[in-house]
Amino acid sequence: MIRNFLLYSGVVLIGIFLPLVFPTYQTQIAYMWLMVVFALTWDVVGGRMGYNSFGNIVFFGIGMYAAAMVQKELYFDIGEFEVIADAATTRLTSAQYLGGLALGMGLGMVLCVTAALALGSVLLSMRGHYFAICTLGLGVAVGEAAGGIEYIGAGSGMTAPLFPDALGDKGLFFSYFYFSLAAVTFLCLHWLYSTRFGLAINAIRDDEDKAEAMGLPTTRYKTIAWCISAFFLSFAGAAFGHLNLFIDPLDVAFPGATFGVWMVLMAILGGKGTMWGPVVGAVVFHITQEFFWITLFGWQRVAMGVLIVVIVVAFPLGILGWVRERWPESFGETITAAATDDEGSEA
Amino acid sequence: MSAIIEVTSVSKSFGGTVANHNVSLVVPEGSITGLIGPNGSGKTTLFNSIVGYHPIDSGSIKFEGREISKLRVSQIARVGLIRTFQQTRIYGKMNCIDNMLISATQRNASFGDMFSKYPDEMREKVDHLLEFVGLYQKRYLISGNLSFGQQKLLEFAMALMNEPKVLLLDEPTAGINPTLINGLIDRLKRANEEFGITLFVIEHNMRVIMNLAESIYCLAHGEMLTHGSPAEIQDDQRVIDAYLGAN
Repeated sequence: MIRNFLLYSGVVLIGIFLPLVFPTYQTQIAYMWLMVVFALTWDVVGGRMGYNSFGNIVFFGIGMYAAAMVQKELYFDIGEFEVIADAATTRLTSAQYLGGLALGMGLGMVLCVTAALALGSVLLSMRGHYFAICTLGLGVAVGEAAGGIEYIGAGSGMTAPLFPDALGDKGLFFSYFYFSLAAVTFLCLHWLYSTRFGLAINAIRDDEDKAEAMGLPTTRYKTIAWCISAFFLSFAGAAFGHLNLFIDPLDVAFPGATFGVWMVLMAILGGKGTMWGPVVGAVVFHITQEFFWITLFGWQRVAMGVLIVVIVVAFPLGILGWVRERWPESFGETITAAATDDEGSEA
Repeated sequence: MSAIIEVTSVSKSFGGTVANHNVSLVVPEGSITGLIGPNGSGKTTLFNSIVGYHPIDSGSIKFEGREISKLRVSQIARVGLIRTFQQTRIYGKMNCIDNMLISATQRNASFGDMFSKYPDEMREKVDHLLEFVGLYQKRYLISGNLSFGQQKLLEFAMALMNEPKVLLLDEPTAGINPTLINGLIDRLKRANEEFGITLFVIEHNMRVIMNLAESIYCLAHGEMLTHGSPAEIQDDQRVIDAYLGAN
């Protein structure tokens, strides 16, 4: 209990003071918490349920476009907004900005969960590699499709409204936003994993045929799990458009080759299927990546690639998986004393 | 005793291979019924047909008088028909307690139950059943690290956790050492008597099935060869021929 209390209050203190202590890194800190949300949400379906999804980025992009479009429809003449220079001259008040963002997040959330429900009931009937490949295709297809829709700016992208001065510093605002989102996501998932739902998706990961033979409504569980991922990712996407200001279909909204792959890597690095694994993985990954940018500029992608290979070879179970393998007792894997009799315990 | 499972003229082919042809049998409620036959005689196919793993070509399968041949696997499980697998299947990365908890019956589960915690009495039941199969001390261990025999016992306990009306056991003693087999036979009989579970068992070990079952069906080449008490089966020249390959 004491240990948990110290751990949680330590994390909260870091969340509050990190952007204040390092004001020049505020945007980077926001990115870091965003990575935590990525890894945590990917782990629901990829880690806990064993369905490797490369298409979760779709929900990030849908949330982003939905929120930006709501702002645009609410406050801007469409023609005016498409010219970045004009948009820059129109400043929203804090109330307008936050109201529009909240409304946009609501809409984005509804769209994302609906999309997960519709796509999940089709795609989740496929297993293993087939599901992975399908979701990969989905991510690419949605990105390309978004590039063809004039309403959202097509391939040339669109802008989100500027951050109102009255709200203070944009970096600080979004680093707090993403920290809160990561914390809420963590706590919700922590609770979910302690219910039947958590055990059910673990059972699906270990042996789906068995789970079905035992009467579990597996399709329902699988679809709900993906909807939960989509739910949290929609908020992450909505805020990212407002943080980045410029939204482009392939590099910002549906960046399958960067964010889309990183969310998988971070969860694996930290230890998929564990509670703290995705958090640790995301923080380590993000800091290492930024460190490579600073020190090995020009070679940072190469260094990252080498690091990924090292991770997969040296820590196939991830950081927490490795710890668990070495000290199983501290994860509760112990043989206990006999209850009343010990007949037939040897096999 | 009324029939709890009634299979009538079931046929099933895979391409040109006829796995079951015109098979009929009756499992009386509360009984222990055996199913034997040489390798490839269609025993597991029949099991798979009963639990809805694949559609049947023709015939009818009734459970408590209700046609179930059109239901899906998980629906059949929820009416109270649970099977264990020939290749033992457990949730290998979860500990024994979690394996048991998630196996609890889904018969009356509502949508809200998906996100509820497990009540204490269910945990007590888990402890009780794990003790019943002798795995209580290993309850916190990851089930995939248990020995094969222990995994079989766990799978059996998981099936009991589901409170089935009928348990279909596909070779429950395969790969288990002789000492443990006696313990398992004893537990199967107790499950039948104490919990009132009807058992339908595929078994290759003749000593086990003769000890356990009240009546035995014998399949050969996908067709029902004969049916009778253990003593009748043992003396039936056709059964001996089928096993020794005379034809």
